[in-house]
Amino acid sequence: MIVFENVTKNYNTNVGLDNVSVKIDKGDFVFLVGPSGAGKSTFIKLILKEIDADSGSIKVNGNEITTLSNRQIPKLRRSIGIVFQDFRLLPKKTVFENVAFAMEIIHQSPRQIRRQVPMVLSLVGISSKASKYPSELSAGEQQRVAIARAIVNNPTVLIADEPTGNLDPDTAWEIMRLLEQINRRGTTIVMVTHAKDIVDRMKKRVIAIEKGRIVRDEAGEYRYHEDRIDSTKHRSTYPLTEGGTLNV
Amino acid sequence: MFSSLRYSVKQAFVQVFRNRAMSLASMFSITAMLLILGLFFVIMVNIGVGIEKAKTEFDSVSAYLEDTTTYEEAQTMMLQLSGMNEVNEVYYLDKDTAMAQWKAQEWQDNAYLLDGLVENPLPNSIEVKVTKLEDADRVVEVLNTFNGIKQVKYYKETVDKLVKITDSLKVGMLVIMAFLVIVSVVVVSNTVKLTVFARQKEIEIMKYVGATNWFIRGPFLAEGILIGILSAGISVGITALVYKKVIDMLSLNMSLILGSPMVSVGFMTSNLVFIFMALGVSIGAWGSIISMRRFLDT
Ligand SMILES: Nc1ncnc2c1ncn2[C@@H]1O[C@H](COP(=O)(O)OP(=O)(O)O)[C@@H](O)[C@H]1O
Ligand SMILES: [Mg+2]
Repeated sequence: MIVFENVTKNYNTNVGLDNVSVKIDKGDFVFLVGPSGAGKSTFIKLILKEIDADSGSIKVNGNEITTLSNRQIPKLRRSIGIVFQDFRLLPKKTVFENVAFAMEIIHQSPRQIRRQVPMVLSLVGISSKASKYPSELSAGEQQRVAIARAIVNNPTVLIADEPTGNLDPDTAWEIMRLLEQINRRGTTIVMVTHAKDIVDRMKKRVIAIEKGRIVRDEAGEYRYHEDRIDSTKHRSTYPLTEGGTLNV
Repeated sequence: MFSSLRYSVKQAFVQVFRNRAMSLASMFSITAMLLILGLFFVIMVNIGVGIEKAKTEFDSVSAYLEDTTTYEEAQTMMLQLSGMNEVNEVYYLDKDTAMAQWKAQEWQDNAYLLDGLVENPLPNSIEVKVTKLEDADRVVEVLNTFNGIKQVKYYKETVDKLVKITDSLKVGMLVIMAFLVIVSVVVVSNTVKLTVFARQKEIEIMKYVGATNWFIRGPFLAEGILIGILSAGISVGITALVYKKVIDMLSLNMSLILGSPMVSVGFMTSNLVFIFMALGVSIGAWGSIISMRRFLDT
């Protein structure tokens, strides 16, 4: 759950966000749209506390983050997964190592890593490439690895900054299916995109920003909403248990 | 915790190897710095030991008596002296014993040359051992009030001068050392900065995934420390070797002048290991922390 209340962020003379209030529920799938320079990245950076708001309140999973000290930021970020347009994989590490890296960083044991990574790799459908290097993968496969890395520590929120921006339409749709699957397991997803066709066809909630203000906030059809409530009821809250492997 | 330590150490070795040209360059400069420092240290320790020795050896005041002064008169003086707090020990040295000691200590195998002397030219004397060399002045004052004393001899001024010279020497060396340490820190921080640049992307990802700053620093810190430790090891080896050579040479040629051997190689080395390691590790750690500061702001 992410709640912005009267959040303002200015950069010197530029407006980042201007008195924005918005609530994203747990399990939501939200598209963040708007022209370049509208404030989308600012919105995301505020959630990650990469930058600090000038005023207002931001809550992530019920915790006020504007007052967090630097030392508490790692804990916040561990509850948030992030995927970028340019994948940002480490070229000298294999697929497996790239994903394992995210677990090493938060001090997981080698045993946990050996168990968890293959599970996530199969969840994103890339098991067979585990020992390949990013340069040996297609763009779509690289984005899958990036997604695997983002979700391997079971974050409650997944943020995707134009995850399909570098992908051809077919591959983009595959990635969207994958994100949808992850969302169905209860992970909140906030996705920044320019792809109008994707936004239109997915029929999710759309938050449109312009010049730092929310100009439109349309609920989606919630086709999967009922679904989701169902699934969270019956499924373990930890999306990546042994029996829970999904095929995409 | 344990696995992250292992991770850091492993990364450090990998980085030092990958960065070997720069790592070698910084090891070279730290080693040079430590060697200069080691030289200073060796000199300071030997001077310090020499001074302490001088202080204990020259803690006596000799009062040469007139030939006319009788033993009984000397006894009276000695009684008064032994009542003083500053005095540790007083004894009477007659001229024959003095000659025998002189022959034994200073002339050694050539003592037969003195046998030709018809009359012993040395005076009888009162020897006063002071509790502290600094108090010798008081004893001298008292001695000067006595009649029947030809001359009072003591070494305080010489030792004072020595202490003053070595004190200013120490300050000078400390300043140079501080300067060298800072230079080394800068050198290490530049080397580690190369690694940091090369791994900027990795650091960024680490931050996004929620790595703590100390975890991110870990491998770089270990890299700096590794460079420091390697340099310290090399420096200890070189210093010990050179010092041993110097001691061997000195004891061959100059044993008479120095009178006593210098501080032993073993003692020097075991102290240098600690000092060099401590310095190497701090320089390495400090250097890498500086190099990372900018990258860990957010
Ligand atoms: N670091 C910065 N310094 C100054 N201005 C910035 C900075 N980051 C963003 N801005 C400005 O803030 C506004 C919003 O930027 P951003 O959130 O990056 O928009 P978007 O991601 O929607 O393209 C823009 O006008 C941009 O120029
Ligand atoms: Mg942007």
